[in-house]
Amino acid sequence: MRHLLNPLDFSVEETDRLLLLAKDIEENLPKYSHVCDGKKLATLFYEPSTRTRLSFEAAMLNLGGSVLGFSSADSSSAAKGESVADTIRVISCYADICAMRHPKEGAPLVAATFSDIPVINAGDGGHQHPTQTLTDLLSIRSLKGSLDNLTIGLCGDLKFGRTVHSLINALVRYHNIKFVLISPPELRIPEYIREDVLKENHVEFTEIDSLDEAMPTLDILYMTRVQKERFFNEEDYIRLKDCYILDKQKMKLAKEDMYVLHPLPRVNEISVEIDEDPRAAYFKQAQYGVYVRMALIMTLLEVEKPC
Amino acid sequence: MLNISGLKEGIVLDHIQAGKSLEIYYNLGLDELDCQVAIIKNARSNKMGRKDIIKIEGGLDHIDLDVLGYIDHNITVNIIRDNVITEKRALSLPKKINNVIHCKNPRCITSIEQELPHEFYLSDEVTETYRCKYCEEKYTK
Repeated sequence: MRHLLNPLDFSVEETDRLLLLAKDIEENLPKYSHVCDGKKLATLFYEPSTRTRLSFEAAMLNLGGSVLGFSSADSSSAAKGESVADTIRVISCYADICAMRHPKEGAPLVAATFSDIPVINAGDGGHQHPTQTLTDLLSIRSLKGSLDNLTIGLCGDLKFGRTVHSLINALVRYHNIKFVLISPPELRIPEYIREDVLKENHVEFTEIDSLDEAMPTLDILYMTRVQKERFFNEEDYIRLKDCYILDKQKMKLAKEDMYVLHPLPRVNEISVEIDEDPRAAYFKQAQYGVYVRMALIMTLLEVEKPC
Repeated sequence: MLNISGLKEGIVLDHIQAGKSLEIYYNLGLDELDCQVAIIKNARSNKMGRKDIIKIEGGLDHIDLDVLGYIDHNITVNIIRDNVITEKRALSLPKKINNVIHCKNPRCITSIEQELPHEFYLSDEVTETYRCKYCEEKYTK
């Protein structure tokens, strides 16, 4: 039985197979509408995330399966003090696979340790968010045709932004990837990503403050929101929340074939005036998220690809 | 000169850095054993100047060598049988350790689920860096 807790749980070859399956799902959606008939997905969301939860639910429903679960810790047995280990033992009796989001880092690993069903990490604190990473990989590959030879700009909260950490971990495994890391000094990537991931893999990267300076060099610009819930100090949040705003002026500096991605929801960091720009790919990215989660559920449930 | 009687069967932990013996005593759980344990502090040593020594009556199955390796892999472990040293065990940094380091990351699942073991894995042997199994928080010795 496999789980997905970290983007690196799948090898490059396994990830490529998953992305190929997701692409086939995109092109032949009706073919997959009954492959998970009778299967149940439990969505265990200990903190609110409408978007990710609905994406998982849409994925399972598209495959013909059913969903059950909770959408906040208040409405779960965690409010009564039940441990993650006990919850997952019980859920294993009700469902065939589960997706867990938890504010505490490592909670899905605890769940996987005690689970009889595959566990998908749907985000654990500021740590990992592997299905967002798979979504991002599918988006980049679909938009740029490859995951090799790209300059990727990551902008905003690079310190607490788990999507960024997961994406860096996954992309360093491809050829000739360069990163431009754009953030205020307070929100730079954590030291372990810089030392153990980027430097360890001899990946070229620069850390800068200016989005304008980075724009002309990028093939992909990955914007992130500064998340209020990751700050212990509200003053810091208020000071940093609008440090980058992508608008038409900045888009003029970018290549014609550069694409903008964002894990969503956005607040102010992408002006609505660029939504109509053909390079604004963040809503398409949300659609890719459903396809890649469908492929993931099929893979972990070992469901055969239909003819 | 202080005299401590010899061991017929047991273990002598030698070359402990002076002052570290009590930390080792508790981390190895020696306070919970019924057997005789002698702690010698600040013993004179040609090699180290001063050192601590712990003598433990009984078999090696009392001792978690991983924990000992983590605390100080330069310690010598002597196995005594019939009053003579029959074996010397070398220590190394363990790949994993449980409940020796405690994760201090307030965002880690171990911060709210008290019954979880605090498990760390060796992520860099050169810098002797360990990381929490759950949140990957770094801990350098």
